[in-house]
Amino acid sequence: MRHFVIVGILILVVASLTYIGLDAAELLPTQASAEAISIDWLLNLNAIAISFLFALILVPLFYSLIVFRRKKGDTSEGEHMVGNTKLEITWTVIPLIVVVIFAYLGTYSLAEISRVNPQALEIKVLAQQFSFSFEYPAFGIKSKDFYVPVNKQFVLKMESRDVIHSFWVPEFRVKQDIVPGRVTELRITPILLTPPGEPYRVVCAELCGASHAYMFSSVHVVSQEDFDEWVAELQNIAAATDQTPEGRGEALSAQNGCLGCHSIDGSQSIAPTWFKLFGSSVELTDGTTANADEEYLAESILLPGEKIVAGYETTLMPSMEQLNEDQIADIIAYIKTLK
Amino acid sequence: MNKLKPIWRALLLLLMGGFVGYALGVGLDALIGGTVDFVAPISGVFSLLGSATAFFFGLIGYRGITKGLVYQIIGTFVGAGFVTAIRAFMGLETFGSFFFTEPAWVFGGLVGTLSFLSGVGAFADWYKWAKGESTPEHHQDPEGFIKYFGVSLDHKIIGIQYTVTSLFLMGVGGTFAMIFRTELAASRLQFLTTTFKAFDQNGLQFYNTLMSLHGMVMIAGILLGVAGMINYLAPMLIGAKDMAFPRLNAFSFWIAVPGALLLLSALFLGGFDTGWTGYPPLSTRSPLGIQMFFLGVYMVGWSSILGGLNLIATVVRLRAKGMTPFRLPIFVWAAIATSIISLTATQLIGLSFQLVMFQRLFDMGFFDGTRGGNPVLYQHLFWFYSHPAVYVFVLPGLGIISELLPVFVRKPLYGYRWVAMSSLGIALIGFLVWAHHMFASGLNEYLRVPFMYSTLLVSIPTGVKFFSWVATLWKGKISTPTPMLFVLGGIIVFLIGGLTGPPSATVSTDLHLHDTYFIVGHFHGTIFGGYVFPFFAAIYFWFPKATGRRMSEKLGKLHFWIMTPSFLVMTFAMMRVGLLGMRRRIADYDAMLGFDLTHLITTIAGYLIFISVAIFLYNLFHSMNHGEKAEGNLWNSRSPEWLVPSPMPVHNYDQAIEVVGEPYDYGLAGSKYVDFTNNK
Repeated sequence: MRHFVIVGILILVVASLTYIGLDAAELLPTQASAEAISIDWLLNLNAIAISFLFALILVPLFYSLIVFRRKKGDTSEGEHMVGNTKLEITWTVIPLIVVVIFAYLGTYSLAEISRVNPQALEIKVLAQQFSFSFEYPAFGIKSKDFYVPVNKQFVLKMESRDVIHSFWVPEFRVKQDIVPGRVTELRITPILLTPPGEPYRVVCAELCGASHAYMFSSVHVVSQEDFDEWVAELQNIAAATDQTPEGRGEALSAQNGCLGCHSIDGSQSIAPTWFKLFGSSVELTDGTTANADEEYLAESILLPGEKIVAGYETTLMPSMEQLNEDQIADIIAYIKTLK
Repeated sequence: MNKLKPIWRALLLLLMGGFVGYALGVGLDALIGGTVDFVAPISGVFSLLGSATAFFFGLIGYRGITKGLVYQIIGTFVGAGFVTAIRAFMGLETFGSFFFTEPAWVFGGLVGTLSFLSGVGAFADWYKWAKGESTPEHHQDPEGFIKYFGVSLDHKIIGIQYTVTSLFLMGVGGTFAMIFRTELAASRLQFLTTTFKAFDQNGLQFYNTLMSLHGMVMIAGILLGVAGMINYLAPMLIGAKDMAFPRLNAFSFWIAVPGALLLLSALFLGGFDTGWTGYPPLSTRSPLGIQMFFLGVYMVGWSSILGGLNLIATVVRLRAKGMTPFRLPIFVWAAIATSIISLTATQLIGLSFQLVMFQRLFDMGFFDGTRGGNPVLYQHLFWFYSHPAVYVFVLPGLGIISELLPVFVRKPLYGYRWVAMSSLGIALIGFLVWAHHMFASGLNEYLRVPFMYSTLLVSIPTGVKFFSWVATLWKGKISTPTPMLFVLGGIIVFLIGGLTGPPSATVSTDLHLHDTYFIVGHFHGTIFGGYVFPFFAAIYFWFPKATGRRMSEKLGKLHFWIMTPSFLVMTFAMMRVGLLGMRRRIADYDAMLGFDLTHLITTIAGYLIFISVAIFLYNLFHSMNHGEKAEGNLWNSRSPEWLVPSPMPVHNYDQAIEVVGEPYDYGLAGSKYVDFTNNK
């Protein structure tokens, strides 16, 4: 009996200490969405259960190891206990009840984070190797950064151009895969403004190829006024850049993900930089050199596999066949400005 | 050269074979490409095959595995050449960037595997039967270590062949992990950079190849290790002379060898960037390596299916007299549960891989959304095996824990029947939980709920095991030699892995945890606790039975005390960064996240585990010839194998065994588990 009392007390002590430790360890990112509140609540319940079970098994294990260890020279056998059906039923049925409760709470939490607000702001997400781009149909704007107003649910309608990707902002907790050939949805209500200059990041959470690690965009949760201002600014820029080929080209390069791989400032990346590209001579894999003129650039945009720049054999660029001739001319006009 | 010891001769030939293979590869590449490329992939494949063949040639001469490898090389060429000829005839492209085209490599790989089996002699008796010749029931195995390098029908030799192959593969998989863990020690890319180049891959691609191969090579290694334990132990524990189908048993082992080679060749043939899961459409766009990966796993899968079949037949038909179901050693129950899964679920991963292979080879749109296919379908097929597969890994390990605890606690296994049934329970529930890997996949929203319930249910039979272990320890007379240390380490580590399961099972929390390092930490916990620790315990425990010598206790304890704390640090560190937002399978992370220190610690812990395993390997190979002689019932066990001499005699028991009592009645005076009868 004495053993049981000591072990019982130790279990409670160790369980409490474990939980306090887990709680103090700050193991989660900022709680920036309504969904995060529900998820963190359930994670916390999990942490309580984990702490208790951790102690429930390890305390008697270590207690036995210390108290019931074989003394030197002792060759006797242990007590002949073969089992106890009532005890077995107890430790089957009680966990079963706990499991059903947890599953119920899990369902409840799932229902909570799936709640639909019919007024949600719709945002289209286009994912491709290795970039995200966002379209706001209500305002007719496109962006490669993600801006949303605080305290308002948004619904993502997500499509992929090539392989499976996944939309995940750790601060918002929830994630959803983006499967080619269909539209997947995700609803999130941000509740916290991002600190100025420290945007969150949406990252691709499903392995999508060589540069998977570098597939991300910045996420800004702003006040409704700031959001309206941002929308207006983008609409103005769109209107203005629509007037010049260079402007349209820049917008197209962002929307089609070109700038995810091609840098515009000459920095090393997984694809050749566009900086000072126009008019330069380019070394190709077959040993020849090509002059980067309009014809070469247009061919490389439509048929990227035809002439591959030496050193970049291994990264596949998708064909930009969705672009028409004028759009390609716009992009080339934009590349010309990068010098 | 004949004066050298075989092992030195073999290593010398390994180097020479590597060089010859390399030169051949560079030559072939130059022939086709017109330029000399010293890091081209073909030279890698040829070095691998050349050095493996030369190594075994030096070790054992031209027989057994050497012959198999030579046949495999020739078979690969013949198969690939056949397809190339047909393609030339049809006016299709005949040579690709990896010398042969993709269809040629795949067919060559297939023919090579069959040629290997033919060369090594796995078909020999079946050929003779087909011709109407009779063969002896048992073949006389050659004396000495050479018997391990050719086809043997003895379950103990096959068990050791499996175990050693498993250790080799896990060593290779571990080395891959060390390479990419080194890259992860700090943010930004250090050596696997975009200018790095190996086997036609840049740093990022090479990272993905290593990370993907680490997963699958480890899985293949674990499957072979499981088969090793089951093959060596099960017939011995149930008092049988051998497995039910010895030839099928040999075939099951030998098909895994060319399979493993195919899997490794993926590293050289362009690699692949899909992770071990091989999800399409990414896997339909990967380099040629993915085909070698699919084909290799396909072959190893055969080993698993046929091994499961054999074990079930053995336990059903060949138990000793009086060994009723509830007097079976508990490990055998675990082996049955595992075998049910491998016999009935492995087909699904084979098929899912085959469908992607066909999509690539014959342009069939199984998983192509634009042609009525569905990429998510693949995930269902894949996880229908790959979730139960983790129970294939851990059930035998948990069986080892339950088997060894009573020996070192000197008490009966608490609630034997409940523990036995919990293994079956885990196996059966394991079939109903696969979609919990797909909570974020775009699966129907409501379908996620039943899978949450079924997944949480797994904790019930698992809990029964934990409670039984603790109750077994309670009021025992506990001693802690090396095998017992690994048993206890296994319980603790598996507890960590198990307790981190439920947060990943409840859907909403999993939407945060899915595809993060938390999951990586969680499953490394379950696999180390459920497989790696018990596997080491089993080796330390039964090594004297296999060799007649003991492994060093001192080195064994050193192994344990380095590995256990390092592993705990590693798994906790992984879970921490995962919770904070670190994705899985990325070669680089942003310094801004502040994970550098935790990753550095993880890498150091990984190195320590690697070092501890190196100590184990030294202990293993050194003790074979120099260990302390072990005689009699070393651990004072009730199990029948310890009542006969070590190493185990060829046909196990000269006298038939009769079971006259309960297997784990330690502490019951005058009780006996088995008796030897003379009425053979």
